Amino acid sequence: MDYKSTLTVCPYCGCGCGFYLETVNGKLVGTKPSATSPVNNGKLCVKGWNVHEFVQSPRRLTNPLLRKGGELVEVSWDEALDYVAGELRRIKAEHGPDSIAFLASAKITNEDNYLLQKFARAAVGTNNVDHCARL
Amino acid sequence: MKQKIIERAKELLASGEIGGFLALKQEGMHIAPHLFTDPAELDMLSLGDAQGLGDARYPLVKLLYTLAERFPQEKFGIMVRGCDERALNQLIKEDRSCPLRASRVVAVGFACPEELARACECAQPWPQALVAGEKGPGFPPPEADFADLMTELQQWFGEADRCMKCLGCKNSCPVCVCHECTLEEEAMLPQRQLPPTPNFLFTRAVHMVDRCVYCGLCEAACPAGIPLKKLYRLVAQLVGQGIPLVGAAPRPQPQPAATL
Repeated sequence: MDYKSTLTVCPYCGCGCGFYLETVNGKLVGTKPSATSPVNNGKLCVKGWNVHEFVQSPRRLTNPLLRKGGELVEVSWDEALDYVAGELRRIKAEHGPDSIAFLASAKITNEDNYLLQKFARAAVGTNNVDHCARL
Repeated sequence: MKQKIIERAKELLASGEIGGFLALKQEGMHIAPHLFTDPAELDMLSLGDAQGLGDARYPLVKLLYTLAERFPQEKFGIMVRGCDERALNQLIKEDRSCPLRASRVVAVGFACPEELARACECAQPWPQALVAGEKGPGFPPPEADFADLMTELQQWFGEADRCMKCLGCKNSCPVCVCHECTLEEEAMLPQRQLPPTPNFLFTRAVHMVDRCVYCGLCEAACPAGIPLKKLYRLVAQLVGQGIPLVGAAPRPQPQPAATL
């Protein structure tokens, strides 16, 4: 019988609300706003309340999809990365680096977000970096 | 007071009567729900007072419902205040598919101090399963005066406008355990519309009639500061249920229609 509540910070926006992620036998089952967090005092918005749902959601993408003939189809990582790299190079060469923008995510790790902006700035050469948590 | 709860929980765990004791645990400045299975850990138990009295409470009974469902063979202990025990009795009384039965729960209760009972307007700030504290006086609020009902309702429509659809009231409610919730239906919570229709708050208020235990966890979770407990009392009074202490006494058996 294993129930744990783990204190963490909401990934969605910059407020930094504190909550507990609840796990039963290692699986996420719920979110409880922390009553002792000075940021949110036991309150959350609708996104925070449901944050446990996306992590293990069966609807989450696990393979790259490429649009072919108007349809999204599953492709290998090699094919997806080759396509993206080729298009990024082509667009940058034709229209300049600022014709490309990068949208980071609240649902990936801090480190992944760091890498994305690093790639945007250092490899592509644009400051067009935004995030879905811009509320 | 806390020591008595800890001692009782230690007894229950050590004797093997229960598999886990559901209560609150303090780590640093933070207080969180915790399932104690190791008696040595119980020294970190908290009653839920962080900066002030009862300001770090959680819907433990709702959590117990989840755990009872996931671990159908286990027997649990749970730390309860008066309101928690009322919620527990309410869930046990309702015949649901979840195997939460009285025989699977040992409540270990403590009384709320008078200052908190007064602030909560609590009619009975102590549980029947009292292990720590004294049975202090209750402070039920006066019944609403319906002399000017329309003005009263107008004010509530104003309050409802502040709702931002977080559903924290439902999520933190110890007796809201339905697998499918009416409040989440499109008609009640239209997408891309804020605030939702006032029906949202009023429908929830009607659902709470004869079920609300007036613990105030919904108000504590409401980012808009809507005085929900007051609304639930008002609606309960409007539909003629008064302000019952649910779980305090069994409801009389309804007469079968055939014998009328």
